[in-house]
Amino acid sequence: MGVLHDISRCIGCRKCEAACNKVNSLPPPDRPFDDLGVLAHKRRPHAGTYTVVNRFEIPNRHSPAFVKKQCNHCEEPACVSACFVKALKKSATGAVIYDPSLCVGCRYCMIACPFDIPAYEYDNPFTPEVTKCTLCQPRIEKGLVPGCVEACPKEALTFGTRDGLLEIARQRIKDFPEKYVNHIYGEYEMGGCNWLYISPVPFAALDMREDLGITPAPQLTGGALAAVPVVVSLWIVFINGIHAISKRKEQLAEEEKKAAVAQGIKTEQEKLADTVAKLKEKARADQEAAVKREIKKALEAADRQTDETEPALESSSRTPLETTPAGKKESE
Amino acid sequence: MNQAVPPGKTLLTPFNIISGIILLIGGIITILRFTQGIGAVTNLDDTNPWGIWIGFDLLCGVALAAGGYVTCAACYIFGLKKFRCAVRPAILTAFLGYALVVLALHYDVGRPWRLPFPIFVSQGTSSILFEVALCVFLYLTVLLLEFSPVVFEWLNWKGARYLIGKVSMVLVIFGIILSTLHQSSLGALFLIAPSKLHPLWHSGYIAVYFFISSIFAGMSMVIAEHMLVARFLHDKIDAEHNIESNTVALGFAKAAAFLMAGYVMIQIIGIAMDNDWKYLGTGWGLWYLTEIVGFVVLPAGFYAVGVRERNVKLIRWTSFWVVSGIVLNRLNVSLVAFNWQLPLDQRYFPSFMEIMTTVFIITLGVVIYKFIVVRMPVLHGHPDYPDDHH
Repeated sequence: MGVLHDISRCIGCRKCEAACNKVNSLPPPDRPFDDLGVLAHKRRPHAGTYTVVNRFEIPNRHSPAFVKKQCNHCEEPACVSACFVKALKKSATGAVIYDPSLCVGCRYCMIACPFDIPAYEYDNPFTPEVTKCTLCQPRIEKGLVPGCVEACPKEALTFGTRDGLLEIARQRIKDFPEKYVNHIYGEYEMGGCNWLYISPVPFAALDMREDLGITPAPQLTGGALAAVPVVVSLWIVFINGIHAISKRKEQLAEEEKKAAVAQGIKTEQEKLADTVAKLKEKARADQEAAVKREIKKALEAADRQTDETEPALESSSRTPLETTPAGKKESE
Repeated sequence: MNQAVPPGKTLLTPFNIISGIILLIGGIITILRFTQGIGAVTNLDDTNPWGIWIGFDLLCGVALAAGGYVTCAACYIFGLKKFRCAVRPAILTAFLGYALVVLALHYDVGRPWRLPFPIFVSQGTSSILFEVALCVFLYLTVLLLEFSPVVFEWLNWKGARYLIGKVSMVLVIFGIILSTLHQSSLGALFLIAPSKLHPLWHSGYIAVYFFISSIFAGMSMVIAEHMLVARFLHDKIDAEHNIESNTVALGFAKAAAFLMAGYVMIQIIGIAMDNDWKYLGTGWGLWYLTEIVGFVVLPAGFYAVGVRERNVKLIRWTSFWVVSGIVLNRLNVSLVAFNWQLPLDQRYFPSFMEIMTTVFIITLGVVIYKFIVVRMPVLHGHPDYPDDHH
């Protein structure tokens, strides 16, 4: 269900505001609803005020335009997709309904809403709530039309199914092409709304943004959310892979170090053994040489003695000669 | 704090007096906030639902806590063992950062006692904020566990210390994945409001911007933090930490310079993708260029020069520059360039009490940081665990 707001019919009497206040049992306003002086300033919905009417002076037009502002009950609402506790839901009637029993009060719905609708009870310390138009869901369920629609004296508001309202809107534009701009606001904006507007002046002149695009809000964040499982799975692979590579590098470096050390030790040991063997060889050679030298010396000494004692040999005993072999034996 | 004060020394140090006054003011504002409501202490309104408690405390707090996962990744995943001394201070900063983010959220949300709702009661899985909440919750738990060895060593609980050491690699990997998701999703939060955030800051790549910038933010925080610690808590740092801090500064500055260059490249690609060139000539464009050139391109150049000339002092001063650039970026996205089309009288500027609450929370962090590093083996090794940090 939804409502068609024909801006060309609205006279800014604020009867819808009064009815809204009454049917929703909202707190009494600062200034009474029949005080049209409030229209001097642009207003937006606040805590305790679900809907407001604003006046717009249009250049080259003799009378001002009045626009009612309230929740547009989007087909695919930004606030619903933004709520991280599902405190906002799109109901079967088309109304976007707030459940205060879940709300944490993060106010992300207010960030997300392209129409600046949800308001917050900042001055309530213990049970603050987000407040916004309910499309009079409780009345719809009872078979009644929303309070504002019922109260409108000029039939500027029409309640019905969205398809039915679109048909009515098209018909009016077709029947009075000089009276309306050819644009049903809410038909495609942000994926479409259950609250529709037709106007005698371009919507931009009524502070209604025409640059919102036709992309439903959930699609704006869908890509980022879809990336989550991809990032998780890829990261697990990458992180473990990089970790494994750096571990393996470390291990290889360690092994290389060990191998190099082992090789070094081996080379050194071989060198040492070689040196020892050479030294041993040299020692033996030295020893042999020494022995040979001693023998030679002894033999020479013996020879000399023999030569000296030769003349005496013939006259005396041969004892010195006999001692030489004994000395030779000792040196060995 | 009396344990830290040797007998004969007074508790009335300038640090204690100033932080005491701030904590007192913070306490008064806390009472006001929780008895009179958010409206009594903030300038928030229905059109500007997020103020500096989100823009600074949450967005900057998380970005500047990125040092934790970045240092862990450098040391344990990429195997840069020389960064090991930076791991514990970085994890402490990250843990305190996240803990204070959660504390700040208690001030900001309407019904803080329901903060566990998105995880335990009603899961709004279509929301980016759900991803943020889940990641904050899980990563805070991971950081608590990653930091717990320090506490166990301090308390001399050998069994618990041994057990946590067994799962340290799992924690590191989990922490990196959560941080990636979480840093990027903070940027993705703003994807849903293309009509409110200025096109130069709103981009399909905003999640990537937030992630990449968090990496060099984290690196710069580690460098900057060491400079502050070396100045004010130098007696708590052991020789090994002091020597390695130069290696860390040079290594992170080099990596950050490359990352910042890449960041500027993807910013340019983002502008080209959305064809936002026309905005560069406007006042907003000038502000955007101030952020990108003045706080990314220039400090990246200074980092590069610092690395080439091995000028650690230059790198340390540049790190503060980079950190302030990250703060500027997060504030631009969440506050300055958000609702840019509204007339000035409908724009938000924080109230005195909002600012004081933020100062209070930062002070709380500094006091707790000091309390911990004075007592626990963070900036110096523990004699029983000479070369193990996890």
